Parts: sequence; structure tokens; C-alpha cells
Amino acid sequence: MTTASIGSKSMTIGEAILAPLFLVLAFLCLIGAAMAHDTAFAFHASLGCVASLLAAFAIINGYYDRSAELPPQEINGRPNYNLGPIKFASVAAVFWGIAGFTVGVLIASQLAWPALNFDLPWTTFGRLRPLHTSAVIFAFGGNVLIATSFYVVQKTCRVRLAGYIAPWFVVLGYNFFIVIAGTGYLLGVTQSKEYAEPEWYADLWLTIVWVTYLLVFLMTLIKRKEPHIFVANWFYLAFIVTIAVLHLGNNPAQPVSFLGSKSYIAWGGVQDAMFQWWYGHNAVGFFLTAGFLAIMYYFIPKRAERPIYSYRLSIIHFWALIFLYIWAGPHHLHYTALPDWAQTLGMTFSIMLWMPSWGGMINGLMTLSGAWDKLRTDPVLRMLVVSVAFYGMATFEGPMMSIKVVNSLSHYTDWTIGHVHSGALGWVGFVSFGALYCLVPWLWDRKGLYSLKLVNWHFWISTIGIVLYISAMWVSGILQGLMWRAYTSLGFLEYSFIESVEAMHPFYIIRAAGGALFLIGALIMAFNLWMTVNASEAEETEAAVLLQPAE
Amino acid sequence: MSLWNRHAIFEKNSIILIAGILAVIAIGGLVEITPLFYLKSTIEVVDGVRPYTPLELTGRNIYVREGCYLCHSQMIRPLRDEVERYGHYSLAAESMYDHPFQWGSKRTGPDLARVGAKYSDDWHVRHLIDPRAIVPQSVMPGYPALAETDVDVENIAAHLRTSRAVGVPYTDEQIANAKVDLKAQADPDSPDADAFQKRYPKTIARNFDGKPGNPTELDALIAYLQMLGTLVDFKLYDEKANLR
Repeated sequence: MTTASIGSKSMTIGEAILAPLFLVLAFLCLIGAAMAHDTAFAFHASLGCVASLLAAFAIINGYYDRSAELPPQEINGRPNYNLGPIKFASVAAVFWGIAGFTVGVLIASQLAWPALNFDLPWTTFGRLRPLHTSAVIFAFGGNVLIATSFYVVQKTCRVRLAGYIAPWFVVLGYNFFIVIAGTGYLLGVTQSKEYAEPEWYADLWLTIVWVTYLLVFLMTLIKRKEPHIFVANWFYLAFIVTIAVLHLGNNPAQPVSFLGSKSYIAWGGVQDAMFQWWYGHNAVGFFLTAGFLAIMYYFIPKRAERPIYSYRLSIIHFWALIFLYIWAGPHHLHYTALPDWAQTLGMTFSIMLWMPSWGGMINGLMTLSGAWDKLRTDPVLRMLVVSVAFYGMATFEGPMMSIKVVNSLSHYTDWTIGHVHSGALGWVGFVSFGALYCLVPWLWDRKGLYSLKLVNWHFWISTIGIVLYISAMWVSGILQGLMWRAYTSLGFLEYSFIESVEAMHPFYIIRAAGGALFLIGALIMAFNLWMTVNASEAEETEAAVLLQPAE
Repeated sequence: MSLWNRHAIFEKNSIILIAGILAVIAIGGLVEITPLFYLKSTIEVVDGVRPYTPLELTGRNIYVREGCYLCHSQMIRPLRDEVERYGHYSLAAESMYDHPFQWGSKRTGPDLARVGAKYSDDWHVRHLIDPRAIVPQSVMPGYPALAETDVDVENIAAHLRTSRAVGVPYTDEQIANAKVDLKAQADPDSPDADAFQKRYPKTIARNFDGKPGNPTELDALIAYLQMLGTLVDFKLYDEKANLR
């Protein structure tokens, strides 16, 4: 293998096809930019042109730079793990996280002080809110999921990631999608479907990237050296496959022109609403839950150095969770013009969903059996465990809010926002931070984190931020709901709508302050991780601990 | 060999695992979504619901572009306080031509399903440019740029044609005259106003922003807001016929 000479070097099929393909794509984008019907499309086509040229250059340059042989699958009998794309996705996750939290603090402040909208088209709440949600869910969360899934699947299958260009294509292509989506929102390019706002061309691109992601993951599973597929990988696989199905179901649209950004969605009215919340709730269920449960199933046992509490519980929990979640969408449409039978089904399954959710929580928490003392000494483990506690809280609150009578009060109010954030900040945020704190020293071969003390600061500042955030939203949401339905003794509505808006002001300030604390915590993490990579000593010998299969 | 060991078939074969996942997640969606396309009771039978005029459609696209749906719902629930505050509860039929739907999920501002004809055009002009000039406690952003931006007249026929491709019943005549109709609705004195009224009966043609010249984005948005929830005449609507 090592004796092959440069003369026998030839392009892989991937290199030979992709390099010219990207050049063609660059040319098509150039034409698209020149003939575009609107400036946003011209801008995005130009970005596509530049990105395609860079991709073609990177592939051709990579071919000249590399030796005749592709990187070996194993070195001295041990898997030669592919860590480059994972490093990129980890850095991207930290960057997008901070960007997304910052926009979140800004839009929270806009609701408290509307002058911060600046009354410019690009800075109003309506355009920044999708930027916030997409940046935190898809940019931050998505990069964490790609990074951890590529890491976990390699380690638990004990093979190098499948594909040579493909893993890089997934990571870079996904982040390019984020750039297109995010800049699009600022320019007013949106199809207005919550958490699926990007227009048709961004959706098409994401489809290509996502199918590649699925293939890389699946091919790595197929060539695994372990007899069993580790439980975390079931969750990752369910997340990747289901998100593909949801994306395709929710987004079929007819562009007005193939040279313009605007399209009309295939579904209309009540069917569109049902498709949207089938998608929307399962973006929560599979992107923000199944994917991050996979993180829980790998990183908590690893960090606590204990086996997963119950293998059988993880089987029940897995199948019950993915079966029940997909039904829960209609609880977003209680008392609307969606037929009652669909609302009732949605409510019933949402309540049942409480059980597998808590099954997962129990499995995560009880993994600490015999290692609870580590919570005192290891703030990273504490972060991971508290994230599971928040998961348990949010998955109790969710089924409760899906009950129609509760929903008649909570729907349309800030209570929903508070509920989402107890899940998003507490569960998804903390489990991601915990995973990044584990992952960065492993990837860059460091002995440990730069400072555990700073992790401790991050933990407490962010926790206080979350508590401020969700309690402010509970109070404001319930207050709003009660004011809207309040009657005077004479039978008139007691409050005008604007009085309820006015009553929200103090809670919006508290919420913005909570968000700011959460952002400060993330900045501390970014500093800590930066110093870990750049100022810590490299580890001399790799730890010989290898994860055992799930049995 | 206990049943638990049978699970190994999923754990040892990634293709069987992926097939299992697909089968399990397909059921809920199929049961909840497919009937909505064939059960006749899903959308009520009512008179009056029509496709948007070119100007209204343009306004609706501005409503979508600016993310208005993030703070304003268009879905009145059949609850006593909502019906008294906003009007008759929303029907599925009222959004049957909405691609995409705009029911919303949050009321930072009030519901807009029946905001049509509630306020004057002048109120909307001033409120959209500077909300706090009219409602001091409001937290809504101002949209002064709408008044200064002319709408895109050239591509409107393509918008109607695309809408028809996804199921909105625009006629050939409506598509052919889209540009004329777009301008005529914002200029009631134009010679095309009568033909416009014939193509879209019972619509409002007014100079919505009060300024002469080409229709602006403000014209279009106000035209859309002023027709919201006004299509169905609830004095004639037979609630019992549509019980479901």
C-alpha cells in the first residue's frame, strides 16, 4: 500500500464526476444570477456560483495534493477514523449557536422595546424570527447532530466513515444551505411554513445533501466491525430517515419561475396546515428529540463510565417514541378548522407520548447508577444530566398542553414559547454543550478541557438564564390567556387586546435578560473550547477505552 | 430464546432496521393526512369564497414575506371570547385557496382572520407606517418602505398561473388580464375598473394608500387586509348543514 508511486495515481469516480459537475453547476448559477427575476435570487445564484467554483477547485486541488492511495481504512489494525469533517461541524456548531442566541436576544428585546426593529425591511421581527429559529435548530443543532453522529457511528462500528468526498460534501453542503436560508430570510425569501421557511431551491439543495448524509451514515453502518448496531445509531438513523420523509412531504412547491425565488406550495388551506404541523411537530420529535437522544445514549454512558441502565427499556422506548411521535402534529391545530377527529387523534397520541419520553429520561438518568457522585466533581456530566431532567420536564408539559381544554388557554400565548424554550435551551442546548465539551478534547487529542471551572460558570449562568426565561413565559402566557377570556360581571369582555400586550412588557424584559445570560454562558463555552484546542497540551497516548456493543 | 432476543434482527441488519423505522413512522401520517383529501366533510360547503384578485394576492405575498403570520393568527377558534372579540369562528372553506395557509401559531398581536372592513384604509396606512402613532402601546414594527415601493406588475400573470397549477381555480381570462386587473383595483377611476369588477364580483376597488400613481406595496397589503374574512356572508351560512 505504501509503495504505490505517484505515476499510478488516478481520480476516484467521485472526483472524476463531481469536479466537472460542480463546474457545470457554477455555470448554471452564473446564468441564473444574470437572468434572475429578483435580487434575492440573483444574490443566491451568485453565492451558488462561487461555492461551486470553490468546490470544484477543492476537489481538483485535493486530487493533486493527495498521495496515490486514499486514506487507509485501518492503521496498525486500528480504524483510521475520519475526524476532519467532524471538527469542522463542531466549530460551525459553536459559531452558529452564538449567532442564533444573539439574534434570539435581539428579537426578545424587540418585543420589549419595539424601537429596536429600526423599521428597516431587513431588521424587523418578522424577518429575524425565522433567522433565530433556523440558526438555533438547524445551524447549531444540525451541526451538533452531524458532528456527533459521524463521530459516534465510527466509534461504535469501529470503522472509518464511508466515502471520501461525501462526508465533506455533507458538512459543507449543509452549512451552505444554512447560509442560503439565513440570508434569504433577511431578504424576505420565505414560504412562511414555520421551521420550513426556505424556498424551493434551498429545499432542493437540502434534499441532495440530506440523501448523501443518509448514505454516508448507512454505508458506515453496513461496513461495521461490530455485530450489533449500537442503540445511539438507531436514534440517529430514525432521525435522518424521518427528517427526509418530513422534508419531502411538507415542501412540494411550484416555483413561479425557475429564475425567481417565489413558489406556491402544492398543499392548500386545511391540508397545508395538517402537513405543516405533521412536519413541524416531528421536526421537534425527530430533529430535536431522536437525534439528541442518540447523543444522550452515547455521551452520558461514556462520560459517566457506566453502561446504559436498561437495554430492554431502550428497545421499547425507541419503537414507541418513533411510532407515537408522528401522530402528535394536530395538537398544534386544536379548535381550528381542522376536523375534530384529527384533533382528537393528535391529542390522544400526544398524551400517550409522555410514556416513551419518560422511558428515555429514566434510561438516561439511571445510567448514573453508582456514579451519582460524579455530578459533584464533573460539571460536564452535570450539564448532560440536567439536560435529561429538562427533557423530562418539557415532555411532561407538552402532553399536558396538548389536552384540548389546557390548549384553549395556552395556544397562541407565550406559554408555548416558554415550553419550547425549556426543551430547546434546557434539553437540546445543554445536551449539545455537554457533547461539545466531551467531543472537542477527543477530536483535537487533548488531555481534557482547558478549564472545568469555566464549565461550572457556564452551567450556572445558563441555568439561571433558562429559569428566568421559562418562568417569565409561564406567567406572561397564562396571564395573556386569562386576560383574553376574562369577562366583567355584566358579561362584556374585560380587556381590549392591547391591554394584554401592555401587560406583557415586564415579562418580555425578564425573558430578554434570561436569554442574554444563556448567550453569555455560550460565549464562556466558546472561549473554553478555543483555549482547549489552542492552549492545552496534546494527549500523548490515546485512551484505550473502546465502547462495548449494546448487549 | 426470549422475545427480546428477536430484536437482534434489527440490530444486526441495517436495511431491516431502516425498513422497520419507515414502516413505523408511515402509519400516523397516512392515517391523519390522507382522509383530509377525500372526506367531503373536511371543507364546508359555502358561498362566496373566491380566489384572490391580483392585487390581493400581491398583498398576501407581502404579508408572507414580512412574516406577519409570526405574530398574527388568521384562525378564530369556536370559543365564546374569541367569537365575541373577532367574529364568527373560521371555516376551513375560508382558507381553501390559501397556498400556503396563514393560520399562524402565536398572537403577539390580535387575530386578523376578520380584520377586513374593521378599520379605514387611512387607519391602515398610518398604522403600517408607524404603529405607535395610532396605538401607543403597540410592539409592532413599522413598515415605511411599503409606501415607497411599487409592486411588481410584470410577473403577476405568472403568479396566477402558478397558483392555478397548485389548484386555485383562476380562469384563462383572469390570467390574461392579471396586469390590467392589478392596476385597476387600486385605481377605481381607470377605464378597466368595470371589466375588473366583472372578473372579480363583489370586490373592493379603491386607491388604498390614497396616493396617485402605480400601486404600491402598501396598496396591495391593505387590499389584502381589507378583504380578510369578508367573503362568507354569515347571515346566510347554514351552520347545521356543515356540522361535522
